[in-house]
Amino acid sequence: MDGAKLMPHLLRAAALACTAAAGGILLVLIYLVLPLFTSGGWGSVIAWQWLPFQGRFGILPMVVGTLLIALGALAVATPLAVGVACFVQVLAPGRIKGICLALVHYMTSIPTVIYGFVSIFLLVPLIRQWFDRGTGFSLATATIVLSLLILPTIVLVLQATLRELDRSARVTCAALGFSRPAYIRHVLLPLCRRGLLAAVVLGFGRAVGDTLISLMLAGNAPMVPASPLDATRTLTAHIALVVATDSQSTFYHSVFAAGLILFLVMVLIQLILRRLGGTFTP
Amino acid sequence: MRPTANRRTSDLATTIFCWTAAVLTMLAVLAVMGFLLYRGAGTLGPNLFFGETHWWEAVRGVRPVFDGLWSALAGTALLVLLSCLLAVPTGIAGGIYLSEYGSRRFRAVAGFAVDLMAGIPSIVMGLFGFSLIVVLRHTFVPRAKTGLLLAAVCIALLVLPYLVRTTQNALAGLPSHLRLLGPSLGFTPWQNIRHVLLPSAGRGILSGVILAMGRAAEDTAVILLTGAVAQAFLPRSLYDKFEALPFRIYYMAAEHRTAAELDQAFGTALVLLMLTGTLFGLAFAAQRTMEKRWKG
Repeated sequence: MDGAKLMPHLLRAAALACTAAAGGILLVLIYLVLPLFTSGGWGSVIAWQWLPFQGRFGILPMVVGTLLIALGALAVATPLAVGVACFVQVLAPGRIKGICLALVHYMTSIPTVIYGFVSIFLLVPLIRQWFDRGTGFSLATATIVLSLLILPTIVLVLQATLRELDRSARVTCAALGFSRPAYIRHVLLPLCRRGLLAAVVLGFGRAVGDTLISLMLAGNAPMVPASPLDATRTLTAHIALVVATDSQSTFYHSVFAAGLILFLVMVLIQLILRRLGGTFTP
Repeated sequence: MRPTANRRTSDLATTIFCWTAAVLTMLAVLAVMGFLLYRGAGTLGPNLFFGETHWWEAVRGVRPVFDGLWSALAGTALLVLLSCLLAVPTGIAGGIYLSEYGSRRFRAVAGFAVDLMAGIPSIVMGLFGFSLIVVLRHTFVPRAKTGLLLAAVCIALLVLPYLVRTTQNALAGLPSHLRLLGPSLGFTPWQNIRHVLLPSAGRGILSGVILAMGRAAEDTAVILLTGAVAQAFLPRSLYDKFEALPFRIYYMAAEHRTAAELDQAFGTALVLLMLTGTLFGLAFAAQRTMEKRWKG
């Protein structure tokens, strides 16, 4: 059978293609950013002002916006995720555990555009009313919704770690007379530090990479926000806005630079995850 | 305070904290879904999809649909179909190779590349597609423009790593006695994969494929940069612009002019949520039956 002999080669070709794709994307991005190196254009991109029609293409405000939104979302989502994961693994009564876990799994399949859409009509008016300032499209709004988006990622990775720990420690600790909450506090949480770190890093990656929520909710003003109620713009939203609005091609360098920065952040995240060991794909 | 009382307070605090976190999360998700149902359920019906056009004429493409989301639905379906045609065979084949053939070294390198791909933000994947067009315009094809095929290629790249990983995991999760069955009967490695391992891991792989379809259907950032537009009717060729459900939701959120259009936007969002929800349910069920079968 010739087909059978051919198969391993076909499979190898497919595996190579998958590997090459990642490299190809990086190469294309670098190729497009090259002009910035030769013309010394980095100075104009690594700057604080985005006034494209006056020749100022700074993307630092977007870098800060991305960091603020992503770190804010982590700050909200991480404690919640720890609570949910511990609840699911230790405290939840049998039936509720199943429902809760299924719901968290289901959350991963909710389209981001839906989160954005619903928030425009549900959360944005509330924020506008409560704080009585600005339009409601703000750093705070995007942060809250983004935390909901990255929550399932953190919960699922953390819960996978907790499940392994729980398997080996539960009976021993029960025999030692730990109450269940004390077991969470003194045994599980200290032991799962590595898994928690991996979960947080993965969540950070998702938060940095998300486009639609910040694009729809953060207000998109290219500036460093002075308060949580100010509008801001992320790198991802910046790419979407500049490319989708048919702007002049002289603007594109800053966009390619933003793309390259995002790509390199993802490389860094993968390297950190490798250092932490194990595979943490949710 | 006595130590036992102290401990009891901490225990209570821990319990309350965990319950609150879980309840808050559930409430948030239910609020999103409930709000969509409340605002969108009334619009569901043939009118939402086809407007004033007769459905059969719309499906055949004889007459365009002006005030319905048929073309967006058809665009999304075409996009999912095309990108899966590209990504599913490659992804599954790559996953099989990584799980069954690859050397340790190759596995490490390719594994890193696959994880990296999985982490690439979809907007960067869209930017990649967009810049391909820019490069093509300056070199070989001066008339290149964004369209359905380009979007499908980029979406395929986006879902490819998931397919590789789920295939690899489904095969790696098989019990070792099954793995030894083929060789003990004198099968070649490929025969063993083809007739023993793949059929046994089939449901796991299937669930990966369905999840990939869901991701292809929901992604907005890629198509935003690679050819989705607000009004395009049905694409006539692979290079045409196209409409898609998620893009339509994004567009209508900002650009609705009348209350009727807003209602339609809620209807569209509900349709997309039901679509991805159904795909998720199918994938979950497939995964469950696979786990039950081999946990024994």
